[in-house]
Amino acid sequence: MANKKMTIIASKGSLDMAYPPLILATTAAAMDVDVTIFFTFFGLDIIKKGNADNLKISPIGNPAMPMPIPIPTLVGSLPGMEAMATSMMKSMFKKHGVASIGTLLDLAKESGVKLIACQMTMDVMGVKQSDIVDGVEFGGAAMWLDEASDSQINLFV
Amino acid sequence: MSADVKADQVLDAKGLSCPLPILKTKKAVEALSKNQVLKVETTDPGSKNDMASWAKRTGNEILKVEEGSGTFTFFIKKTA
Repeated sequence: MANKKMTIIASKGSLDMAYPPLILATTAAAMDVDVTIFFTFFGLDIIKKGNADNLKISPIGNPAMPMPIPIPTLVGSLPGMEAMATSMMKSMFKKHGVASIGTLLDLAKESGVKLIACQMTMDVMGVKQSDIVDGVEFGGAAMWLDEASDSQINLFV
Repeated sequence: MSADVKADQVLDAKGLSCPLPILKTKKAVEALSKNQVLKVETTDPGSKNDMASWAKRTGNEILKVEEGSGTFTFFIKKTA
């Protein structure tokens, strides 16, 4: 029986939004699904060299963001609040035995997940191919559509 | 299934959250020979259903699940 196939478009570069594509990709690979992740726009931040474990989360515009004490929206925009929210989330993930983004990215590569970086958004945002981690292919919409056309699961994150 | 299931390998996935118990189970099962049994211990409450879904999709067989206080022990036979 041929393996099932899945593609995920990863378009966000915040800590919280980097998790779903990588959790689903690594798990799918462990369930014998052939996976492709297409990194575009801010999702490119996940695969920039040395950046996977430096992604941040902002308390701004997220009423569900857990904070030690309730914080008015305006206060969330003050210097240092983003760093505080980020380190808080990271320690919560660590405490609960959740892998870091860098670890999940390594596991994805190790399990044969195909990684594609969007060349157009790289050009627009001044990202060079040498800025991207090894093992990534470069392409555009047609490359994703080719994979997506044969896939049972296609997700946009 | 008889009460006594003998494990060929043991995987300690206690304290780990989704998706690590599944990823580690996959790796450990791959290292087994066919029909060998892996014992996996977890504490992630989600792992009970996750492990069943994983086994169903990969064609491996869960022989037995034991629930302790906050722990889950799976005996997985490599059948795929």
